[in-house]
Amino acid sequence: MQVDEATVRRIARLARIKITEAEAKGLETELSGILDWVEQLKEVDTSSVEPLTRIVPIELRKREDKVTDGDIADDIVKNAPMVEDHYFVVPKVVE
Amino acid sequence: MTELNKLTITQAREGLRKRQFSATELTQAFLTAIEAGNAGLNTYVLLTPEVALAQAKESDRRLQSGDARPLEGLPLGNKDLFCTNGVRTTACSKILDDFKPTYESTVGANLWNAGAVMLGKLNCDEFAMGSSNETSAFGPVVSPWRRKGADGALKPDKLVPGGSSGGSSAAVAADLCLAATGTDTGGSIRQPAALTGTVGMKPTYGRCSRWGIVAFASSLDQAGPVAKTVRDAAIMLKAMASHDPKDSTSVDAPVPDYEAALSESIKGLRVGVPKEYRVEGMSKEADELWSRGIDWLKAAGATIHDISLPHTKYALPAYYIVAPAEASSNLARYDGVRYGLRVPDSDVIGTYESTRAAGFGQEVRRRVLIGTYVLSAGYYDAYYLKAQKVRTLIKRDFDEAWNSVDVVLTPTTPTPAFAFGEKSGDPIAMYLEDIFTVTVNMAGLPGISVPAGLSGQGTPLGLQLIGKPFDEATILRAALAIEDAAGRFAPPERWWEAGGKTAPASKASKKADLKKKSGGKKK
Repeated sequence: MQVDEATVRRIARLARIKITEAEAKGLETELSGILDWVEQLKEVDTSSVEPLTRIVPIELRKREDKVTDGDIADDIVKNAPMVEDHYFVVPKVVE
Repeated sequence: MTELNKLTITQAREGLRKRQFSATELTQAFLTAIEAGNAGLNTYVLLTPEVALAQAKESDRRLQSGDARPLEGLPLGNKDLFCTNGVRTTACSKILDDFKPTYESTVGANLWNAGAVMLGKLNCDEFAMGSSNETSAFGPVVSPWRRKGADGALKPDKLVPGGSSGGSSAAVAADLCLAATGTDTGGSIRQPAALTGTVGMKPTYGRCSRWGIVAFASSLDQAGPVAKTVRDAAIMLKAMASHDPKDSTSVDAPVPDYEAALSESIKGLRVGVPKEYRVEGMSKEADELWSRGIDWLKAAGATIHDISLPHTKYALPAYYIVAPAEASSNLARYDGVRYGLRVPDSDVIGTYESTRAAGFGQEVRRRVLIGTYVLSAGYYDAYYLKAQKVRTLIKRDFDEAWNSVDVVLTPTTPTPAFAFGEKSGDPIAMYLEDIFTVTVNMAGLPGISVPAGLSGQGTPLGLQLIGKPFDEATILRAALAIEDAAGRFAPPERWWEAGGKTAPASKASKKADLKKKSGGKKK
C-alpha cells in the first residue's frame, strides 16, 4: 500500500497534527511500510467471522437515568490553559 | 536498616507486623535509595515524599492500634499513566504539560485504601506507546542490568528496561520500590518484566478498572502489577482488582485470594506448548529456556501437551491496526483547550494542529496518523473491521486450546534486553518485541511473565504463562513453580549507586522537569 504525500497531508489534517515538508516525506515511507506489513491479514479468510466486540460475554450494565455527580465546574476548568469564569477560552471561531 | 528497600512485599509486610521497623523507616529507606539511584536510572519522573511520609505515618498509627489493612505501609511506585489526585500526571507526554487530576484512578485508590504508600510517579513510554521506554518525554529509563563481557566484567552499554512500563520494571529491579503499577496493551507489563528479571502480570481484560488511567487502546488496556516475586504479584493483584461501576467493561466477579491460591500444587495441571511460537529470529537462549521451563513444570507434576494456535502470526499486524485506531480516537481529546499544553495559532484549527504537533512525540504522531488512516472514510471495513474479525479467530484458537489444556507456556520475548537505539530506527523491528505477548491482549486473557534464567551475556529472560479468562490464580501457581525451580535474579552490581551522585529528591524531579520542558530530545 503506497501512501503518497497528498494522502499523508490529508490524514494529518484529519488528525489535526501540523506536519512539516520533511516530516511528510518521512511519513510517506513509514506509513507505507506499516500498511504493507499489515497487508498479510488479507491471507486470512474472515468471510464468515463476526468481529470481536467483547472479550467475555457481559451485558452492558444499565442504571437509573439520574444525575450522579456535578457541581464540579471549578475542577473541570482547573487544568485549562485559558479560562474566563467557568469558560474555556479559544481563538475566535465566528466572524 | 539500610537494606530495607531490598525486601520483598511478603518480607516487608512481616517485618512491619512484627514491629522490626516502622512504615516511616521503610519509606525513608526507599526515599534514600531513590535519591542515590534515580539520577542514573531515570525511573521516577516525579517524587512524592510528602504524600509517602503522610501515608506512612497513618500506616504506623494503624499498625500500632492493630487495624492494619492488607498493604499497610508498603511503599510502591505508580506508573505516570495512572491519574493521581492533585499530583502531576503526564503519561510521559509533553501534551499533558502540568496536568494535575482532581481525581484518583480506581486502581490507585484501591491500593492507597489498602494501606500502600505512594513514593512517586514512574517513567514510561509516551502514552504507553513503545517497547523500550525510549519514547518518554522525560528521556529513557536505563535498565539496572548490563551485559557481561567474556571476561565477566560488566559492559558499559546502557540497556533498555523494556516498555512501556519501563520505569516500573527498572524501579522494582533496582529496589527503588517494593512493587509498582503498570499497564499492558500489547505486552507493556510482561515484556519489561522479562527484560529486568521481575514478575509482571496482565490480568484478564475487565479484572482491573480502567477508570482514571490515561487511555491508549481501550479494548486492550489492562492494569497490573510489576513485582519482585510471584507471591508479591499475587498480593498486589488482589488489591488492584475490583468491580467498578465507572468502567462499563469492568467485570462484576468476585476477586479470589490469589495469595492463598498459591499453596495448591500444580499436580495434574495441563500445560500447552504452542508450536507457532517457535518463530524465526528467536534466540537460542530463549528456546532453551522454554525447554527448561517445560521440564520444571513436568517435575512439579504438570503434564505437557503440544497445541496449535494457528492465527498467532496475524496477532501483531492486527494489533497494529486496532491499537492505533483506538489511540487516534482516544487521543483526539488533547486539543489544547481543556487541559495540558496549548500552542496558540491564528484560529482554532491551527491551534489544535500546532498544539498536537508540538505536544505529541514522533511515535505517538505516527500511531495517531496510522489510526486516522485506517478509520478514514472507505477504509474502516478493510482495516479495523478486518482486524477485529482476525481477533475473533485468535480468541477462538485459545478457546479451542482450553478444551485440552489449563495454561499455555511460551517465552515472554524472543530475545533478551537490547541497547539504546538498537531498534528505535525501525518501527516494525520494535513492534516485533511484542510478538509473544500481544496475542494475550487480543484475546483478553490473563498472562504473567516470570524470570526464568539469564542469557549468555548475563541479562534476564522470562517465561510467559497464559491462562483462561479470570483464571489468574492458576497461572500464578504455575509461575510460582517456575520461580521455585529457577530462583530469583538480581542485577549483579549496583553500579547506578556508584559515584555517590546523591541528588536531593526535589532536584531529581526538577531535572526531569527541565528535560521535559526542553523538548525531551533523544536519539
